[in-house]
Amino acid sequence: MLRTFRIGGIHPPENKLSARKKIVRLPIPKQVIIPLSQHIGAPAQAIVKKGDLVKAGTLIAKAGGFVSANIHSSVSGKINKVDTTIDASGYKRAAIFIDVDGDEWEESIDRSDELIKDCFLSAKEIIDKIAAAGIVGLGGATFPTQVKLTPPPGNKAEILIINAVECEPYLTSDHILMLEKGKEILVGVTLLMKAIDVKKAVIGIENNKPDAIKQMQTLAASFPGIEIMPLKVQYPQGGEKQLIDAVIRKQVKSGALPISAGTVVQNVGTAFAVYEAVQKNKPLFERIVTVTGKQLANPSNFLVRVGTPIKELIEAAGGVPENTGKIIGGGPMMGKALINADVPMSKGSSGILLLTKEESIRKPVQNCIRCAKCVNVCPMGLNPTLLMNATEFQNWDLAEANYIVDCIECGSCSYTCPANRPLLDYIRLGKGKVTGIIRARKS
Amino acid sequence: MENNLIISPSPHIHSGDTVSKNMYGVLIALLPALLVSLYYFGLGALIVTAVSIASCILFEYLIQKILFKQQPSISDGSAILTGLLLAFNLPSNLPVWIIIIGALAAIGIGKMSFGGLGNNIFNPALVGRVFLLISFPAQMTTWPIPGNLPMTYTDGQTGATVLSLLNEGVKNLPSYTDMFLGKMGGSLGEVSAVALLIGFVFLLIRKIITWHIPVSIIVTTFLFTGIMHWVNPTEYAHPLVHVLSGGLLLGAIFMATDYVTSPMSKNGMVVFGIGIGLLTSVIRLFGAYPEGMSFAILIMNALTPLINIYFKPKHFGGK
Repeated sequence: MLRTFRIGGIHPPENKLSARKKIVRLPIPKQVIIPLSQHIGAPAQAIVKKGDLVKAGTLIAKAGGFVSANIHSSVSGKINKVDTTIDASGYKRAAIFIDVDGDEWEESIDRSDELIKDCFLSAKEIIDKIAAAGIVGLGGATFPTQVKLTPPPGNKAEILIINAVECEPYLTSDHILMLEKGKEILVGVTLLMKAIDVKKAVIGIENNKPDAIKQMQTLAASFPGIEIMPLKVQYPQGGEKQLIDAVIRKQVKSGALPISAGTVVQNVGTAFAVYEAVQKNKPLFERIVTVTGKQLANPSNFLVRVGTPIKELIEAAGGVPENTGKIIGGGPMMGKALINADVPMSKGSSGILLLTKEESIRKPVQNCIRCAKCVNVCPMGLNPTLLMNATEFQNWDLAEANYIVDCIECGSCSYTCPANRPLLDYIRLGKGKVTGIIRARKS
Repeated sequence: MENNLIISPSPHIHSGDTVSKNMYGVLIALLPALLVSLYYFGLGALIVTAVSIASCILFEYLIQKILFKQQPSISDGSAILTGLLLAFNLPSNLPVWIIIIGALAAIGIGKMSFGGLGNNIFNPALVGRVFLLISFPAQMTTWPIPGNLPMTYTDGQTGATVLSLLNEGVKNLPSYTDMFLGKMGGSLGEVSAVALLIGFVFLLIRKIITWHIPVSIIVTTFLFTGIMHWVNPTEYAHPLVHVLSGGLLLGAIFMATDYVTSPMSKNGMVVFGIGIGLLTSVIRLFGAYPEGMSFAILIMNALTPLINIYFKPKHFGGK
């Protein structure tokens, strides 16, 4: 029997409309807008000014702290301005605007398709190259990768877990990447294993991608220590703690890091970016993005430069359909509704999803009938309706005692609720409040 | 178009499950038992069911409209369900006016006095039944004997239930086959074990309920009455008699599992079920009433908030 995580979970319709659509290189736009906050942590600091000339791969902003990441130009051209833009979060944030001129890359980047398997760098050199290339977790959480590869002193990983689950409905970017860049991914995994000094890695892939599982199993035969593990389809298996539970049957304690269970988790797209950074000297400035939706003429997987306005992606996939109600950055379960189509795509953009008006409108909220369906589906073993009530009545002690801060915001509760109660809306609010209270108490 | 985009937090999709889908699901699961009772109790069963459902809907509508001044929500199916479950807990020869009083107690006291669906502490249908049992003990404990589509109502021939026979000692019981199929005296919905079990399987397949409450009630009752039977087989009936007779299966599958009045965590549900099983057995074996299921469920309903505090869901990575 296939493994999966052991508490809760749901199985929404998969709707992988763009599955197996070949990766198409999107034309470079006239202007890119590169946000300086594309990762969790401090924003990067711009090191260019208006009028500077840059190439694709030129460093334009330096990491602004320990938890931060470098940012590189994704195009060649001239800096138009360093200003603010509304990004996927809906807030105005600092960004660098670049007018595109041609497509010249930094000379150090190896643009050939030739696979380079061998690497003679030390663990530290690999991690330094990853940090220099500005790599962040590409599954959506965008945590700077070099930080995850540098565990706190006294901790040592025994196994590397690669997240190729892609449990969000609609999204297919990881799937197509495995089909087209399998060898490169496996070299990247080998580099990550070397970086954290482990002999074993497991790539977890949900069983709705049998072709990817088969291909990766065939290729992995020539990569010692890498195992491919098919997993039962269940959302939110891509959650870090859920994936660890599914693969190595260990539940990371509340508030603890995966390293406490002897593991480090990286996304499969991140592994590919690591390959390109270490073996090809290519910083992270482009990625695969799924553009999808039931009304969209041509759901696609595009290779896109960071900073491309998402309207360019939608146009290339057939344009915004007539009755579009929502444009979502990411998947339907955890993605963010965007305020317009001018928002630039960033390192963490795994998909663009267009929902129709009918799909976008929430149904009227009814009384809780205490059916406990939210309790049954919560992958963290929480009681969502209790946490919603605690937040509504501002009973922060009750919320904290019932582990509100453990909520991973996967949305399974709101998805399931027959009374259409906005459980996660409230829990997210309460979680922020309680997190603040705990932080104030500690300091 | 650009200006008309909808912004809301995730998740952006919904399962499509609704309150009324769950209510109608339970109603469908009750259909086999309804058909069996129509077969054995004929016209009486039809009248009792129709009057009970109609008056529950009417009282809910009037209370919401006139007292609460809110949009009536009778289409969610919960009033129909309360009406059907109340009917299932009544003898099929009960006069219409008593049924209407029962419906008023169920909806008015049991449900709406707490604020309506989702807020009630006790199972409304059981509130109605116990109200009638205490107010009209004679009418509530005369049971028509089952026939083949009898066209009788209050004028039918009456007999005893299995449990009232038991109170007089273990003798003259119907065969297990009759008990399993439902050919015995009793409230109109409780008689056929096989019909109730078909409904149980349907509820499990449609994931409307989980197995925890019904199974823990049935197993506890079986074990407790089994031990007593093992100790003294002449005084105490075989545990299978207890499981197949009275309202045990109806209560375990359809009444104790009422969402609103049962615990939310799996282990809480098991505790709840064990409590009902124990209380039912104790009342049946040692109490003055032959049947204890409705009292047991109501007592455990009252303990549900406490169970919810002490029995929480299994926390991920938890202590």
